[in-house]
Amino acid sequence: MSADNAAPKKMSVSDKTMIEMSGVHKWFGDFHVLKDINLTVKEGERIVIAGPSGSGKSTLIRCINHLEPHDEGRIVIDGIELTEDLKRIDEVRREVGMVFQQFNLFPHMTVLENCTLAPLWVRKMPEADARDLAMKFLERVRIPEQAGKYPGQLSGGQQQRVAIARALCMNPKIMLFDEPTSALDPEMIKEVLDVMVELAREGMTMLCVTHEMGFAREVANRVVFMDEGEIIEEAPPEEFFSAPKNARTKEFLAQILAH
Amino acid sequence: MGMEDVSGRPRMKPGTSRSPLGWARRNLFSGVGNTVLTLVSVYILWMVIPPLLDFTIFSAVWTGTTREACLVPDAGACWPFVWANIDQFIYGRYPPSEIWRVNIVFALGIATIVPMLIPAAPAKRFNLIFLLVVYPLIALVLLAGDRPGLPPVPTSEWGGLLVTLVVAVTGIVVSLPLGIVLALGRRSSMPAIRMLSIVFIEFWRGVPLITVLFMASVMLPLFLPEGLNPDNLLRCLVGVALFSSAYMAEVVRGGLQAIPAGQYEAARAVGLGYWQAMIGVVLPQALRHVIPGIVNTFIGLFKDTTLVLIVGIFDLLGQVRAQLSDPNWTVPQGALTGYIFAALVFWVFCFGMSQYSNFMERRLNTGHER
Ligand SMILES: Nc1ncnc2c1ncn2[C@@H]1O[C@H](COP(=O)(O)OP(=O)(O)OP(=O)(O)O)[C@@H](O)[C@H]1O
Ligand SMILES: [Mg+2]
Repeated sequence: MSADNAAPKKMSVSDKTMIEMSGVHKWFGDFHVLKDINLTVKEGERIVIAGPSGSGKSTLIRCINHLEPHDEGRIVIDGIELTEDLKRIDEVRREVGMVFQQFNLFPHMTVLENCTLAPLWVRKMPEADARDLAMKFLERVRIPEQAGKYPGQLSGGQQQRVAIARALCMNPKIMLFDEPTSALDPEMIKEVLDVMVELAREGMTMLCVTHEMGFAREVANRVVFMDEGEIIEEAPPEEFFSAPKNARTKEFLAQILAH
Repeated sequence: MGMEDVSGRPRMKPGTSRSPLGWARRNLFSGVGNTVLTLVSVYILWMVIPPLLDFTIFSAVWTGTTREACLVPDAGACWPFVWANIDQFIYGRYPPSEIWRVNIVFALGIATIVPMLIPAAPAKRFNLIFLLVVYPLIALVLLAGDRPGLPPVPTSEWGGLLVTLVVAVTGIVVSLPLGIVLALGRRSSMPAIRMLSIVFIEFWRGVPLITVLFMASVMLPLFLPEGLNPDNLLRCLVGVALFSSAYMAEVVRGGLQAIPAGQYEAARAVGLGYWQAMIGVVLPQALRHVIPGIVNTFIGLFKDTTLVLIVGIFDLLGQVRAQLSDPNWTVPQGALTGYIFAALVFWVFCFGMSQYSNFMERRLNTGHER
């Protein structure tokens, strides 16, 4: 993707803490997937999470909206601490949008219905308002003309943009992306990244698991590098790419950049 | 839905002849094996169809008012036997003066179910509530009576097609929702709910329906306190409904397993609750996958209603058998006639269900979707 070099980092970051993870541990049975994760994200910050396969990146961001419960430590989202309290989990999920690698659109509903479902059922919005809202975001991701189609009739890139619009329809304060472009054909990656860059420009707080290093350079405030369930290194992109401190980071970067 | 057309319907290549001869050559005589199969099939059909047609139609006795009409040499089916007993076959021993009540229930049932089945018919939600809540109450009041102007008719006097439909419709209407709940329970993350569902499902699946009916009718009263003695038919209805729910649960579970976890996760991630995610996202997809299995269970249930005969309830088949011993109608071909009639009625209902399921599947598979 071509960086609009003009002012890539002009996006504002406030002092307000949106995500705070401290001392978070998680096990799958005996397997220790997350080890003492400490991560703070301010409002408007864009964090890119990178790391080898199986390092726990997905698990980490899935803990943030409690798709995976954590076993130890604290996770506080916009002042709400995640516990087993179902009401808080619902509250957090209303503030956090998520985009999956496999899109996970609802195949039995049209694009528009995919987008209006949560506003109608969770926010109890009147139907006309929900439709207007959905159309607004479908325009933002540049596919309003596909509103009446079913997900199966769209290309991968279009589906992923619908998935972004669907998440935005709940007006989230935080967006989580789990490898949003890695299931896409190369020619469709750009259209999705463009939408994400735009979102970043508008000041959305974003956590993005991705190996798109161009995207990281352009929009990330920080790159977080994970390996074997630990955060190994955390640095602004310039520093992360030009002067990685840790040996494992260097090895990882060498591998990715070799492609 | 990502399913291929496995109906095996031969698709015409463009340009191939559509003449019957061309069709026969392509489909029936395309090789030695195929030709042999075709000839064997034709032979079997030749052995079965003409005698059947002869018995039921050509040599059958169609008119008459007494058994003498059927006592002619080489006579086929004795249809006057059916005509003379048609009221018993439909209503059992329901008092003739009260039969209008059953007819209203039948008519109202058709008027409620038919629009439910037609996709284009409006007000589905209202229709469903009427079907599941209002209609059963109306039917109960009308059929059982014991209200001003409606003398009571004990269920021991109900019979024939009426009982068959009461048992089958109750079973169908209860087993689908209960089966869905049980299937969800079996996949629940809460161990207590999961265990309960598994125990329930496996208990009912492990017991033959005859045993269930027998237990409900004969054993249950022994355990229940004196005075608390639910109606015999009601006990059977509960037994049949729970029994078929267990089967339905396993069919639905198969459908649930076909839906990727990402669907549920995406629904939760946009903020839907558990039930919203299930009702809005997971179940509509899961049930679509298993329409054939669901209808199969319905058809099985419909035919299993004949087993209520074991506890002294006369469904259509039981009623036909009962009328066979009517001395006014003892004719040699009476039994065969009666059974053919019963089979025909069952076939019409079961074939109807099967055709409707095909129609729905085709409708849901047209166009869209992955
Ligand atoms: N539900 C689960 N049960 C057991 N183990 C799991 C489960 N989910 C993930 N794991 C394991 O936890 C580890 C971390 O998984 P995770 O999906 O978080 O890795 P990742 O960094 O996202 O990898 P990838 O780049 O392949 O997506 C992996 O070894 C995986 O096999
Ligand atoms: Mg992952």
